[in-house]
Amino acid sequence: EITMSLIGMKVPMQLCLLLCSLRFILSAEKSDAKSSRDIRCKCICPPYKDVQGMIYNQNVSLKDCNCLHVVDPMPVEGKDVEAYCLRCECTYEERSSGTIKVTIIIYLFILGLLLLYMFYLTMLEPVLKRRLFGHSQLIQSEDDVGDQQPFANAHNVLSRSRSQSNMLNKVEHAQQRWRRQVQEQRKSVFDRHVVLS
Amino acid sequence: MRDRQTVAACPYFVMENAGYCDESFNSLQSGTSDEDMVEIAGATLDFSSTDDVPPLDRDYVSGYTSYNGVTEGVNGVPKLMDLLDEPLPGVGTYEDFNTIDWVREKSKDRDRHREITNKSKESTWALMKSVSDAFSGWLLMLLIGLMAGALAGGIDISAHWLTDLKGGVCLNGFWFNHEHCCWNSNETTFVERDKCPQWKSWAELIIGTAEGSFAYIVNYVMYVCWALLFAFLAVSLVRAFAPYACGSGIPEIKTILSGFIIRGYLGKWTLVIKTITLVLAVSSGLSLGKEGPLIHVACCCGNILCHVFTKYRKNEAKRREVLSAAAAVGVSVAFGAPIGGVLFSLEEVSYYFPLKTLWRSFFAALVAAFTLRSINPFGNSRLVLFYVEFHSPWHLLELVPFILLGIFGGLWGAAFIRANIAWCRRRKTTRLGHYPVLEVLVVTAVTAVLAFPNEYTRMSTSELISELFNDCTLLDSSKLCDYINVNITKSSNELADRPASTNVYMAMWQLALALVFKMLITVVTFGMKVPSGLFIPSMAVGAIAGRLLGVAMEQLAYYHHDWVIFRGWCSPGADCITPGLYAMVGAAACLGGVTRMTVSLVVIMFELTGGLEYIVPLMAAAMTSKWVADAIGREGIYEAHIRLNGYPFLEAKEEFSHKTLAMDVMRPRRSDPPLSVLTQDSMTVEDVETLITETSYSGFPVVVSHESQRLVGFALRRDLTISIENARRRQDGIVSTSRVFFTEYTPPQAPSSPAPLKLRSVMDLSPFTVTDHTPMEIVVDIFRKLGLRQCLVTHNGRLLGIITKKDILKHMAQMANRDPDSILFN
Repeated sequence: EITMSLIGMKVPMQLCLLLCSLRFILSAEKSDAKSSRDIRCKCICPPYKDVQGMIYNQNVSLKDCNCLHVVDPMPVEGKDVEAYCLRCECTYEERSSGTIKVTIIIYLFILGLLLLYMFYLTMLEPVLKRRLFGHSQLIQSEDDVGDQQPFANAHNVLSRSRSQSNMLNKVEHAQQRWRRQVQEQRKSVFDRHVVLS
Repeated sequence: MRDRQTVAACPYFVMENAGYCDESFNSLQSGTSDEDMVEIAGATLDFSSTDDVPPLDRDYVSGYTSYNGVTEGVNGVPKLMDLLDEPLPGVGTYEDFNTIDWVREKSKDRDRHREITNKSKESTWALMKSVSDAFSGWLLMLLIGLMAGALAGGIDISAHWLTDLKGGVCLNGFWFNHEHCCWNSNETTFVERDKCPQWKSWAELIIGTAEGSFAYIVNYVMYVCWALLFAFLAVSLVRAFAPYACGSGIPEIKTILSGFIIRGYLGKWTLVIKTITLVLAVSSGLSLGKEGPLIHVACCCGNILCHVFTKYRKNEAKRREVLSAAAAVGVSVAFGAPIGGVLFSLEEVSYYFPLKTLWRSFFAALVAAFTLRSINPFGNSRLVLFYVEFHSPWHLLELVPFILLGIFGGLWGAAFIRANIAWCRRRKTTRLGHYPVLEVLVVTAVTAVLAFPNEYTRMSTSELISELFNDCTLLDSSKLCDYINVNITKSSNELADRPASTNVYMAMWQLALALVFKMLITVVTFGMKVPSGLFIPSMAVGAIAGRLLGVAMEQLAYYHHDWVIFRGWCSPGADCITPGLYAMVGAAACLGGVTRMTVSLVVIMFELTGGLEYIVPLMAAAMTSKWVADAIGREGIYEAHIRLNGYPFLEAKEEFSHKTLAMDVMRPRRSDPPLSVLTQDSMTVEDVETLITETSYSGFPVVVSHESQRLVGFALRRDLTISIENARRRQDGIVSTSRVFFTEYTPPQAPSSPAPLKLRSVMDLSPFTVTDHTPMEIVVDIFRKLGLRQCLVTHNGRLLGIITKKDILKHMAQMANRDPDSILFN
């Protein structure tokens, strides 16, 4: 439970930075490790006389990316080749399949983590709590909207400096605080429609 | 200041160590550094009036570094403090859903800067510190650009992949989308550009065949199922982890940039959830775009990175400068338009935009665009989203259809805003708002079911816009470009106008249906509880309308080339009408009609398309659409949403034109109880606490005495409570009967009386005042230009009342015959 709360608090920040750094490193690296799958020269040739329109794909380098190198076999005879090639349009394209792969995998990983955590929070945690602490503990006042006293806030502001004894409680409290925050947000957005109609 | 605390600022009092509301409170741990401990040696000045505190004579304090320009009257934060007082954590911060005090924040920053500059002459280390302080702004911009660019690249790649996942899977590697799966394939034909054996549609995977009506039904069902799954995941994640991540974000960011505080709106959980659910929402086929949410994402990045630098973490005004730049970065990565992004931030989002921010925003936007380009999500090393290849000229007579498109854009924009606001208001007030998840699922189901049969709605909206912007050459084989090729002798670059075939007519019908569908469904989609943007759907509506008009004009010019309007310039065999250009102009017109952008719209459009020749048609359409839309309704979509939510946003573009005076607006009115004031030396701690608990005002003026009502300063509620709490706990002898002194020198106390409490440090010594006969135009101008929260009203030198920002907003609402109670926050 503690590790899950740790994950809950630290995951966004760390994963965010990990994500960004990974992506950036990959995009910088791509210029070195370019596999042959990642470049191509694409020639689009429109219909010409009897010949149908065709698309030709080959992985050649930039200097060879023209009609004569790529269009193979040439569908027209010798003297028509020039006219045919004039209509063709050849473009050189690059991509980085490594970046795509890493991005998708990171995205699915984070999505999976979030879904697991959501499942845990909504389904497993009440069950676990009930088993560990008995029924009474579950009746925490979920509707603890703030005390309107002005001094309550001041009390919190000042008592922050006195920290609790161990890390465990700290993490637990941090998670509780976060959950209350989300609850407050949910109330104001979904229930009372005060913000973000 | 009628502080309706709709959401309690910090409801975590039950937890003993819970403490603050938000991570941004971490800054309070370290204590404020700008409350210097400066003692003024006893200035013995003689004045006749006994209950006056004599003004300070500057000669006496020349020996000390004094930051309080009392005689200047601009610096609001008092620097003269008793040596025993130490800076308190919490003093100088704001509560949730309150407005910041721009003057105080700016003067705090100036003081900090002055201190660093003064100290930098002392040692090399201090000099290095001052250099790094100046450099920190640029470093922060660099980091924001990198982070936002990286996130936007990831969002683009994931969104493309997930969108195609609704249709099938790549066997080469499941992470490839359709286009990349068939990238190296030799099986693609001229007619079917995307066919390859590695890409299997769901029908092929499930039942083995790709043709036939059963395969169609299987594809249909799988499409709808995937769309529902994505939408459900999106709305559940938003609901479970970060409810602030829904919607577009731009109205709230506008309000935040004008000085409002919404804690958690730009936090890290909101960032993560917004990124993840944006991809899901866009991929589910809903009629929304990702530009608005990308601006929110970029602002979250900006806010999070601000915590790394002390200079920006502690100062709310400086942070808002960074957020303005971050908004520019958001538009820059959404469209690949850095200049347009800066102009958008300047025009639409920001409230105060000093010139320094202009250059920094541009830098950050460029860094972000460069990062995005290096990640290369579009696969063609292009920065722009909808690159147009054609450069054919347009004729002056074509301005008439362009203006027609502008009128259409304006009309649609105004109608859309009205319909959307009505729908959102219904969602806010009736039972529709109680079932957010169900609403999202129903809308997704309707969208998916209606969108699949029409190929123009089945493809993603960006692809649709690209296809519509594209002009037809011989190399195109789509249905839209299936013209009858008559007498083709020239090369493919310059094609004459050709008659349309039946395919084109069918495409026109499908596009018309798509237009109606998109116009209706976007009204319901924008504002749902998933991240949703508005730019791409509006541009799609405009592009479809423009293309329809363009093709109609083209065919008209071909078949009736002898009419007088075409005779001069559109001879047969010439390429006169480019339908793609009409689509561009239509897109600009509709977007302008909805958002009321002007310069930034034109710049974004020509950065998007690379078509610099077409600035004049774009401007003509944008202006026409803005005029038409403004004639129908004054507000753009974002201002309308701000007003719907009741945010305290003082619109900078509206003019206040009524002849009311300050005394008509100020509080207390005639029937109200008198103004709650604090006196400078005759109240006890208990009195102050009672006053604070009994009323809900967020600040109290401090006067010399109840009889004279002469103004001393202004004290905020939050600062008072924190100071009193702290004093009760830490200082000796402070009890309920202790006297509270706001004066500079406390008179010697009798030994039997309790110790006095000095609270001069929390008082603002230079509150803004106006006289009761000041016209409200000037008062509103002062509030706007200086960013005030409240302003005191005096009469013949005596304190009469107070005007707050909320009072002004209510007054403006009343003058415009709107409901003044719709202003919710303080």
